[in-house]
Amino acid sequence: MKKLLLSFVMIVSMFAANWAAAAADLEVNTPAITALKASMQARHGQLSAFYSSGAVGLTKDAFIAIKDATAVPLKDRGALNSLVSAENADRANLYKEIATANGHPEWQNDIQATFAGRWIDKAQSGWFYQSGGGWVKK
Amino acid sequence: MKNWKIILLLAAILPACVTINIYFPAAAAEKAADKIIDEVWQIKDGQEAPADKPAETPEK
Repeated sequence: MKKLLLSFVMIVSMFAANWAAAAADLEVNTPAITALKASMQARHGQLSAFYSSGAVGLTKDAFIAIKDATAVPLKDRGALNSLVSAENADRANLYKEIATANGHPEWQNDIQATFAGRWIDKAQSGWFYQSGGGWVKK
Repeated sequence: MKNWKIILLLAAILPACVTINIYFPAAAAEKAADKIIDEVWQIKDGQEAPADKPAETPEK
């Protein structure tokens, strides 16, 4: 009887510890995530000027999009397009990787939605972000 | 024979412990997102965009 009670307490505390560890933090230190971060960080050096000029804005679904191509000289627009696609590909992979790294691929959309808000919150003033149907200058 | 009561209790509580883990940990996700964004955008502490935009606070 006592044994049963003891094992019950042990099992419960095991699950509780598990849950506490899972709730405290998401795993974001896998090699894939680190590589994506590095790639995005390097690209940000080129992208930040486009955020400031309003050529590129933050979308409400946690990606970026060309907001005003005319802010960029015609000859640079091809490069800008590839920058934006590359960034969005990395972002999509990032959201997916975080979800799978934590054993919950179905969290991908929730993670993406979380990022959407945080990117905009952390954006510098003067950058554009999507709100409702249009672009808003922060 | 009280054993069945304990088994019943186990049966009721254990699944709850497991189930709770399936819910999306929103706070942890925000924390992780902040950490990643700070790294990608190279934001240092206190260097975030100035909080002079009242329009953004009501979202919380």
